Amino acid sequence: MAEQERIKRQRTERSTPATGEVTVDSSKGEQLKADLDELLDEIDEVLEENAEEFVRNFVQKGGQ
Amino acid sequence: MAVEKVLGIETEYGVTGGPGSDPVVASSIIVNAYAQGARARISWDFEGENPGLDARAQVGRTAFAPIVETHLANTVLTNGARLYVDHAHPEYSSPECRTPLEGLLYDVAGEEVMRRALRVANDSLRDVDAITLYKNNSDGKGNSYGCHENYLVRRDVPFDDVVRAMVAHLVSRQVILGAGKVGTETDDGLASGATYQLSQRAEFFEEVVGLETTMKRPIVNTRDEPHADAERFRRLHVIIGDANMSQVATLVKLGSTALLLALLEDEGVGAFPPLPHDPVRALRHYALDPDLRVVEPDEDGRTRTAWDYQDLLWTLAARYVARGGGVALGDDDAVAMVLDQWREMLDGVRDDPSRVADRVDWVAKRRLVEGYRERYALAPTHARLRAIDLQYHDLRPEKSLAARVGLREIADREGIREAVHKAPTTTRAYFRGECVARYPDAVTAANWDSLVFDLGHGPLQRVPMMDPLRGTAALTQDLLDKCQTADALLAALDG
Repeated sequence: MAEQERIKRQRTERSTPATGEVTVDSSKGEQLKADLDELLDEIDEVLEENAEEFVRNFVQKGGQ
Repeated sequence: MAVEKVLGIETEYGVTGGPGSDPVVASSIIVNAYAQGARARISWDFEGENPGLDARAQVGRTAFAPIVETHLANTVLTNGARLYVDHAHPEYSSPECRTPLEGLLYDVAGEEVMRRALRVANDSLRDVDAITLYKNNSDGKGNSYGCHENYLVRRDVPFDDVVRAMVAHLVSRQVILGAGKVGTETDDGLASGATYQLSQRAEFFEEVVGLETTMKRPIVNTRDEPHADAERFRRLHVIIGDANMSQVATLVKLGSTALLLALLEDEGVGAFPPLPHDPVRALRHYALDPDLRVVEPDEDGRTRTAWDYQDLLWTLAARYVARGGGVALGDDDAVAMVLDQWREMLDGVRDDPSRVADRVDWVAKRRLVEGYRERYALAPTHARLRAIDLQYHDLRPEKSLAARVGLREIADREGIREAVHKAPTTTRAYFRGECVARYPDAVTAANWDSLVFDLGHGPLQRVPMMDPLRGTAALTQDLLDKCQTADALLAALDG
């Protein structure tokens, strides 16, 4: 693990990723949970009406 | 020196609907709809395609050459991609890209191509015949279809070494790259009683090394069809991956695999860890364990989790980059981004999966499935949970669940729109795409390694493109700008 951290630090010093670092703070977990609850509140409007029929009829020919 | 990692992804999309619910008809409608919309009806040229060639010295006894369907809809796009009907699925094969980030961009552009095709097609169909497309890999009933990666590799690396270097990675990378699946669908999977898997594809793999892609699928595919100068290049055809909705996952999939291949080319196979003793079993057992605790013995009798393997491989890759390796993948920042994201995903799935629910498909999907299951006290593989699984991959914005779970977007939206039409500039895809765009009436057929022109007089003329790293904008843009017609271009090429 020490080896990993050393390597990671080295790289971070050498260059900054093109996109922003993801910072993990304590509020992120709560926000994620709230977002999930919100999505679960509205998901039935998005889900196909008859789930059983939808799932049963989803038959594909095999591919590669 | 490792060869520049030219790479790309080809995706077979799940398809439903269409007249008579015939998937071949629906797939053809999709391809033709886009081709008509885009005016890019160049046919694909099958000369040079020989999917039966095996990278090993001899063809395995159980191997059969796959069937090549030559009569189905097939077209080349101005972005250098191929859009066609493969088996009973519409398939988008991205153009040759030079970096993992570019590979991601053109994979996402492929989703956009399919979405546009879907809109054009459904505008002309009755509502009851409307087509839907899914970027997934299985129907939940034992039928699977692929999302294949391709990587340029030096020919002088022995294929056995490629196998030794790749197996542990391909078996274990699902811990961060799997797209997740509710339930199981093969005999072994069903016998396990598992209710959620890391991977869409894992349970369909039956051999370690082999030539097939539609049956007895192997962890390392041996198709030896470089679409390039076979004296210098291999094309490693990786068939085991899940189609990812997460852009970060696609980036890390391409980046991690390409980095390990570059390491192999630069420093040999010695640094790589021992293989799992039974790679197929390891692949499947790892897939069935979202808690990431299952261990499998390696060749030396030591047991490892899939996470352990990934940790080891990340460390190998990071040390290689710290020594100055990785230039074959592009600039420092791009390589750093791959390593950083790979590491964050690994730490996240170990410490607190919800932390990487914005990047790891199987985690994002599982949170949705588990949340819904708890809310309505459903059985773990209830039809509504399977519907959530399917709709995670639905390409329609109004139906897609992946679009609603907050996945990080790293491909620039303007860049995606441009990538739908314009080819990468740093590979031969540039020359292919530009010729299709500039001389649409003269380009009569195309393949990865050649273009065929019909000038309306004299014989057809084939322009070979055997080096994926030539035909770039730097090498051909001036020439193309000077040539207003295909006649002029071919005269200049002759001269």
